[in-house]
Amino acid sequence: MEINWFTLVAQIFNFFLLVWLLKRFLYKPILDAIDKRERKILDQLNDAEASKAEALKQQEEYKKKNTAFDIEKKELMNTAISESKEMQTKLLEKARAEAEALKDHLEKTEKEKQNNREATLSHRIKQEVFAISKKTLADLASVSFEEQATAVFIKRLKSLKGEDLNQFISAFKSGKITLRSAFKLSDLQLKQIEKEVNELLEKKLDFSVEVSPDLIGGIEISTTDYKLAWSISGYLKDLEERAFEKENVKKTGVTSS
Amino acid sequence: MKLSPDETIFWEYGFLTINLTLVTTWGIMLLLVITSILITRRLKTDIQISRWQCMLEIIVTGINSQIKEVGIAKPEKYIGFIGTLFLFILVSNLLIIIPWYSPPTGSLSTTGALAISVLLAVPFFGISESGVKAYLKTYLSPSFIMLPFNIIGELSRTIALTIRLFGNIMSGGLIVAVLLSVAPFIFPVIMTVLGLLTGTVQAYIFSILATVYIAAAVSEKRKKTTTKLKEVKNG
Repeated sequence: MEINWFTLVAQIFNFFLLVWLLKRFLYKPILDAIDKRERKILDQLNDAEASKAEALKQQEEYKKKNTAFDIEKKELMNTAISESKEMQTKLLEKARAEAEALKDHLEKTEKEKQNNREATLSHRIKQEVFAISKKTLADLASVSFEEQATAVFIKRLKSLKGEDLNQFISAFKSGKITLRSAFKLSDLQLKQIEKEVNELLEKKLDFSVEVSPDLIGGIEISTTDYKLAWSISGYLKDLEERAFEKENVKKTGVTSS
Repeated sequence: MKLSPDETIFWEYGFLTINLTLVTTWGIMLLLVITSILITRRLKTDIQISRWQCMLEIIVTGINSQIKEVGIAKPEKYIGFIGTLFLFILVSNLLIIIPWYSPPTGSLSTTGALAISVLLAVPFFGISESGVKAYLKTYLSPSFIMLPFNIIGELSRTIALTIRLFGNIMSGGLIVAVLLSVAPFIFPVIMTVLGLLTGTVQAYIFSILATVYIAAAVSEKRKKTTTKLKEVKNG
């Protein structure tokens, strides 16, 4: 148990050599690695923190945007709803107006058709009545329709009394008198009428004579604002008015009952 | 029976001798350096590291924190010396589980060499930290009368370091050797386990004492700095 001095010196050398070697191969690399890793972790943590902050910021931004978007959406929706309602009302109005117009048009057309039909019918009836009357008068009384018509017209002139007569006289005192007939009047008939009129007016006037088949078996005497006539047409019109009057009364009776 | 591995001589030429102590020391040096190289060759700086790297990091950071606890602010500067002291003694002592192994720390030459290294390192670090003058002044504190006592203290603690480590390790080996001849079963194993514990404790004691000595030498400067600061503050 003694100290070997060579060994002691050698061990001192060995020890310092080991110190250098371990410093070189152990402590330095390990400490460096630890430092690096710590720095790295710290960096990553900082990065994570920054990312988190960024994410939070973005989240806030998106929330704001979302809210704004929602509000805008609501407004747009409201506008769209009100616009569509408005449009609906307008369209309905338009459709109603169109339907009304169409209805009017239809009614008008229908009325026109009805009128036409009535006119045609009335014209035919007049012609038929005229033909029947003519034939009946000829067959049964051996009297021509024209003669009879003239006789009825003269009779009518004669039957003018009171107010009607005054009106007639004041209307025919001046102006041009037109005598229209559905058939051509014979000279005798013409003279008879002229004579009658002159008697009524107590003066002689000029007549202008016209033939108008529209009158259908009738005679008409007219000045600018007065007209006296007898015809199948007038006769039928009276007949029609009476018939319609009766029908109306009947209808009202049905409705009220 | 050989008390010290110094006595096993392989080669001798006058003053020069290659004995078991030197050979074992070289073996331990090789083991430490190669292991370090192998592990540190592929160091990772990622979050995930290898188990070996983790082990080395635990050892190194452990030593670092121990040095810091003693009171040295920058342990990185001293870890080379103190850490090597600890690792060398620890490995030397732990390898006793290998049969026929004789720890180099069981030789007075080795423990003496380590103690002398500490004796040399203390003034070296002291001077590098606070300068020659300031370091030498520590021998005169608190007064010049203390100079011989300071020197004796320095020497005696070196001798104490030497003897403490040598005595513990040598006695451990000796006990095992004696037990082997008296009761060859079981007891030597128990004693070897005890030896492992003693070896670890001794490695810790040796290096922590060295750290304390170095810290004492280095902290002189710190003391002065604080005194100066106080003076400045007081005007």
